[in-house]
Amino acid sequence: MAADPTQRAIEAVFRIELARLIAGLARLTRDVDRAEELAQDALLVAMTEWPASGVPANPGAWLMAAAKRRAIDGIRHIQMRERKHAEIARELDEEQGMSADALEAALDDPLGDELLGLIFAACHPVIGPEGRAALTLRLVGGLTVEEIARAFLSNEAAIAARITRAKKAIAKAGVAFAVPRGAELAARLPSVLEVVYLIFNEGYAATAGLSLVRPPLCGEAQRLGRILAGLMPEQPEVLGLLALMEIQASRLAARARPDGQFVPLTEQNRARWDPLLIRRGLNALARVEALGGADGPYALQAALAACHARARRAEDTDWRRIAALYDRLRQVMPSPVVELNRAVAHSMASGPDAGLALVDAIADAAALRRYAPLPAARGDFLLRAGRRAEAKAQFEAAAALAGNDRERDYLLRRAADC
Amino acid sequence: MRVMVFVKATEDSEQGMQPSPELSQMFVDMGKFNEELVNAGVLVAGDGLKPSSFGKRVAFDGPGRTVIDGPFAETRELVAGYWIWEVKDMNEAVEWVKRCPNPMFGPSEIEIRPVYEMEDFVDVIPEEAAAIHDGVGEKLANR
Repeated sequence: MAADPTQRAIEAVFRIELARLIAGLARLTRDVDRAEELAQDALLVAMTEWPASGVPANPGAWLMAAAKRRAIDGIRHIQMRERKHAEIARELDEEQGMSADALEAALDDPLGDELLGLIFAACHPVIGPEGRAALTLRLVGGLTVEEIARAFLSNEAAIAARITRAKKAIAKAGVAFAVPRGAELAARLPSVLEVVYLIFNEGYAATAGLSLVRPPLCGEAQRLGRILAGLMPEQPEVLGLLALMEIQASRLAARARPDGQFVPLTEQNRARWDPLLIRRGLNALARVEALGGADGPYALQAALAACHARARRAEDTDWRRIAALYDRLRQVMPSPVVELNRAVAHSMASGPDAGLALVDAIADAAALRRYAPLPAARGDFLLRAGRRAEAKAQFEAAAALAGNDRERDYLLRRAADC
Repeated sequence: MRVMVFVKATEDSEQGMQPSPELSQMFVDMGKFNEELVNAGVLVAGDGLKPSSFGKRVAFDGPGRTVIDGPFAETRELVAGYWIWEVKDMNEAVEWVKRCPNPMFGPSEIEIRPVYEMEDFVDVIPEEAAAIHDGVGEKLANR
């Protein structure tokens, strides 16, 4: 980070404005690549002018004006190239006025509609989920390619290529930078929420490598979730996802010991849970319920997280309610992982045999064949049923499948304790 | 990072809210600013505080505890309101504060303070104290 105050201010201003700039420019140029270029150009102008002139009183408007000038220059340039000069000379005056108005309208976004349009474009289902995540972090989160690469434990070249492919996919499909309405909104919202939750989970439980928790990604996802909730306050699933992330993030500090060891939910020091985030999560969940959206997949997952958040001690956990919520969740979001968690919930509500029966019923699902939590859960049920030798074998099998070192260590310790 | 942003009190704010066109306008402007903060995903919490005449202080001196009723004299050091924001760094917080409409009718001040994060405690809190800290949770759990 640059040392002198003007440079620091420019960087901060740019981070705040980037998404809105790109959003306005993308709607204008219908080209997200060009929009990003124009925004970067505006930054360059600011970097050369502001150190001498000082940061303007309304830096956002200044940047937009600079990008706007570039855009007009660009449009003129194309017009010059494509038409005869005589024609243009005649038309230029009126067109200039029109373009300027159109630009003005395109850059004036008090309702955040354009920002939302950009989010929907970056999260369009024509792009794969990972491409969507990288593009969204770049355009909406304002992260650099290097930051995104670090967050996803990837390299810059791979992330840059992923972003380029994503932009090409948008251009090829002719994606509009507008907020979809009605049925289309309902159809496309899940792909937006999926991306935000993917980013969150990437931060929450790194599936590879040493680091168990990468909070910067969680923070970015929460920020995206808060932006979405601000722009779509009547969409229950948006609020459901926000509630889910806020409550899960409330446990970040309690999830790993100082040496990095993983701490399971029931053993976490609840005094370390962030009460502010819990309150925000519970409030968002209450709004979901008021909007009649309690049976949405994210709302149900948030309700599950809330059951833990409300329990002051692990043994106060309302496992019957959790089991009932999983019974509903499997209806709206059928997945082997949900079935497994449901088995765990029922084992806590009604005893280890209930869990074993449910887990036996799903053990052959292809998605669970190499899924460490399955033998880990079975090991836990067996141990609680007093079948230590069988439990030990299950924990060892789970450790062999574990995706990161911390989780593996934890499972091996459990095997050793049997 | 999380920051707490304090709106400092003035003689005006210490008088409490008197209905006026200026105050209505300020509510409109502040509402717009808050909406901007929400739409940027920055605002986590916030409240306005009643004048210090509604407040109380408890002074500590050894075993002694003395309750002092408001109002308190050093107006400019008092807090009239606060936000909690999530921002990337202090520079971003400063840029947001610059965009805030003046929260008072005259000259006023807003102060930004970063919240301690878990890592900040690692080298400061002795192991013994950390153990007590953790033990509280455990005791609660075993009770």
